[in-house]
This record gives sequence, structure tokens and C-alpha cells, in this order.
Amino acid sequence: MSEAIYVNNVYKVFGKSNKPIWMRLRVNMSGKNGGKSSFSSGNTTPKSSVAHSQRVVAVDHLSFSVAEGEIFGVLGPNGSGKSTLIRLISTLLLPDGGDIQVFGYDVVKQPMQVQRLINRVSVEASFFKKLSPMENLVYGARLYGMSGSEIRRRVEEILGRLGLERRSIHAPMEQMSRGMQQKVAIARALLSRPRLLLLDEPTTGLDPRSKREVQTVIRELNQQHGTTILLTTHDMLEADQLCERIAIIDGGRIVALDTPQALKGAIGSNGHEPTLEDVFIELTGKELVKEDEAE
Amino acid sequence: MSVLVHELKATYAFVERNANLIKRYWSWELVWLVYSIANSLSVSFIGLGMERLDGGQAINGRYLVLYLVVGTLVWRYLSMIFYWITDIIGMERWEGTIEYTLMAPIRRLTHMAGQTLFAVVYSLLFTGVILLLTVLLFEIDMRNANLLGGAIMLIAGSLSFIGVGIMGSILPMLFPERGSQMTHVIIALLLLVSGVYYPVEVLPGVLQKLAVFSPATYVLDGTREALLNGIPSLQLWQYIWPTLLMGTLAIPIGLWIFKQAELYAKRTGKLHRNG
Repeated sequence: MSEAIYVNNVYKVFGKSNKPIWMRLRVNMSGKNGGKSSFSSGNTTPKSSVAHSQRVVAVDHLSFSVAEGEIFGVLGPNGSGKSTLIRLISTLLLPDGGDIQVFGYDVVKQPMQVQRLINRVSVEASFFKKLSPMENLVYGARLYGMSGSEIRRRVEEILGRLGLERRSIHAPMEQMSRGMQQKVAIARALLSRPRLLLLDEPTTGLDPRSKREVQTVIRELNQQHGTTILLTTHDMLEADQLCERIAIIDGGRIVALDTPQALKGAIGSNGHEPTLEDVFIELTGKELVKEDEAE
Repeated sequence: MSVLVHELKATYAFVERNANLIKRYWSWELVWLVYSIANSLSVSFIGLGMERLDGGQAINGRYLVLYLVVGTLVWRYLSMIFYWITDIIGMERWEGTIEYTLMAPIRRLTHMAGQTLFAVVYSLLFTGVILLLTVLLFEIDMRNANLLGGAIMLIAGSLSFIGVGIMGSILPMLFPERGSQMTHVIIALLLLVSGVYYPVEVLPGVLQKLAVFSPATYVLDGTREALLNGIPSLQLWQYIWPTLLMGTLAIPIGLWIFKQAELYAKRTGKLHRNG
């Protein structure tokens, strides 16, 4: 089976630099500082993170791969690097070191080829608030080369499947609940028929029914169309039910990566059948943030 | 061919989206139109005011009104184009859609083209409404005006302002909190040195030298020659070529600067939402 995502030793740091802006603007076209990054490409502590205390290592030498057609989960608390990882894969951030490939295309050197194959749903449903779902989705789909009549037909079909009322399709987004907005965000991602769907906490803040509907769509998309899915979530049950493999990350590093069963089997039962939450606490010494905190 | 069709569809996406936004924000656009009309009229009345203060001796109030009307309208048109283009990142950041637009598989040139096409068409319509009302109110005689020449000057001037706008659009990208406000500095400096409400000859020597580098200087001079003095279009070439040259240089330079700024923003994580 071919690889949908290949992540090799990827590193990303944020924070203020001592260099003036004109020095920082002199970027190498490869986007990786031409391999002259002040950060080591190995697993050693980067010099800059020591020199500049304001710097935060968001992704710390991550390596993993996701097979085509797989649902791959990434579990981690807030600030663990989940969203940074998704932004790196979706070409919105440039790594400071390492390589990321999507279906064989390098996200830094071939961003356009990668962008044609992916789409993304983030935790915030990001839309033009005054525009209707239809207007927002037509705009989004045109950027992926779709034509108006095709878009309108598919919008009605997808939103209907997601349980959105027909009359809501033409009302401004700002009048919709957060759950409904999130469904429109999922519809936007599905419209372009991506081979890889990046879901960054897509069900956070949804009511139980909406959450189930979204999870059903994710499963259908994967089973019927073979779409590869990278899912980050706080919801242990969701990860357990949907994902074939799960990476647990903490402080930008992978602390465990396996199937849900294997992860649960790796820790002691302690009188009850272990859950993914038990696994997480065991491996990181921390508790995952509760859903209402995540909002 | 399919790539071209894809990019054309994407160009239209920005035009259609902006038209939809105008439709949804129609009350704000109406307020802005009323403000712009009042502003243009207020400046234009200075012409009649000066004639009254002078006692009708040396100042030709009608000529001065037309001089100021041309200044306000040309400036309204050029500054609208500038702001629509500089807002290419700012509006997306405010609405929260910036990441979705910038991860779409389209060339940045296509993105710019869509925003620019809408900016030019909408600014022409907006300015046209103000022109119509001003002409009616001041009973301006446009029979000797070279309207075609005036339009040619505006279109030629658009190119250079598109380039300046693209350069200015990096400010909201590099400075998420205050970048949009920073773009006002560019337009204020151009307003100062370009002779919008006065001939550049009244400026101090240093500012007059700067006026040479402002495309608006040539657009205003050329448009005034066409509308006030009725100079034939061919004779406007002396005003057209500098603006075309500036546009030819400013657009590719602007696109290059934008590309560098986008790479910088992607390295430092500045492509996040604000609103």
C-alpha cells in the first residue's frame, strides 16, 4: 500500500528572532533556510532554543507515515503540536527541518500539487460570516476548479446528508449555530473530493447528535471513496472508534504510535479494561484537556 | 488549457465573492458612498468659496471647482483600487478564511488578478456615481471635455496603483494586528505629493522631487488636461507612458515582494486568523 503522508524528522519552532526583519525576509526559495538552519537536523537540542528563551519548539523531530486509505489519529493536549503538524502538511507553514511528502509530493517544493490533493477542516469553522453557506461553498469550490452548477448540486447533496436544513443554505453563516457551521466546514472540504482530508478537531463543540453525524460521514468517506484521513481530536472514544492507528504526541514529540488495541494492551489493566485516556496518562503523566476547555 | 480554465474559474471566484460581500454589506457600502459624495462635494465647494472670498476678481470659481472635482474623483478611484488590493490579506484575516484561501491550489497571480479585476470595476462604478451627482449639482459643462482621454488616463493609472497596492498588501500579512492601518501611510504620502488638490509646483522642493515618482501625479495631470482643457487623447501620451512604466515595474516587483512576504509568513506562522 502506498504512503499518503510521509513525515521524516520534521521540526518547527516559533518565537521572536534577534535578527532584524530585513534579514529574516531573506528567505531561501526552498523555504527550509537552504539547509542552513540554525537548528540541528538530528535529535539534539537546537542551539536557538537554548539561546532564545522566547522560542517554542512546536514540532520536535516527528517521523511517521500514513498509508493511503487509512484513518490516522493524532492525540495530544492543547499546545502539543497537533495543529502545527496539520498546518505543515497543508502547506500553510514551512518546516525548519525535515521532510513532509503527500502522495509523493514535497509540501515545500511542490505545494501546488499537494494542495490539489488535500483539504482541511479546522476546529474553528472559518467562513465569510455575512455570506450564506452556498455563497461560501461556491467560492471555496471554484478555487478547486469546480463549476457553478456542479457545485450547487453537490452542496445541496452534501449538506442534506449532513442534516443541514434546506432553508439554512441561503441564510448568512453568522445566523447559524457552531455545530451547523462546522457541518458547512466539512461540506467545504468534501466538495473538492480530496484524497487526503486533514481534520483538526472537527467535532469539538458539537452536540452528540451532530458529532455522530460527522463521524458517520468521516467513516463513509473513508470506506466508500478511500479517502485518507488524518484526524486530531481530544475525544478518546472518537479516536478509538474511527482510527486504525493513533499517534500520541506531547511537547511536539510522538510518545507512542500503534493501533488503539495495541496501545491499550501495552499498559496494565489496573482492575478495569484500559482506555485510551489511561494510555495517555500513563505515557505522558498528563490528562488530556476536556472538550469544554478546548473551546 | 485546463490549467488556464482552472485559473480563470478561480479568478472569477474572487470577483463573485467580493460582489456577494458588497451585496451582503450593502448598508455599509451605502454609508461609504454617502460619505464619499459628501467628501467630494465639500472639497469641490472650496472652488466656489475661493471665488466668493476673492470677490470674483481673479479666481475663476467654475474652473477651480472642476479642478478640485477631478482631483477628488481621480483620488477616490485610485485609492479605492489601492485599498481593495491591500485588503487582499486583511479581509481574509478578519473573516478567518485566510488559511483556506492560501492553501487552495491557485497561483497567487490568479488571486491578485481576481481581486484587481473586481477592484477596477467596482471603483469605476463607485466613482461614476459620484461623478454623475457632482456634475448635476455643480452644473458642470462637460461638452469640451475629452471623456475618453480621462478614462484612458484612469485605466493607465490603475496599473501603477495595482502594483503599489500589491506592495502595500504585505503589511497586513507581516503585521497581523496593525498591518491594515499601516497601509494608510502609503496613501497619505501619495496624497501629499501628487497634487490631488493643488498643483505640485506649490510644494517645497523635496516634495516636488518626490512627486515625480508618484504615478498619481501623471494621472491627475493627464486627466485634468483631458477634462478641463479637452486635450486630444494622443497628446496625453506624455502623461500615459510614465504611469504605464511605473505599473510595468511596480506589478512584478510587488508580486515578488508579496511572494517573499508569504514565504516569511509561512516560516513564522503569521498566516493565522484575527477575527
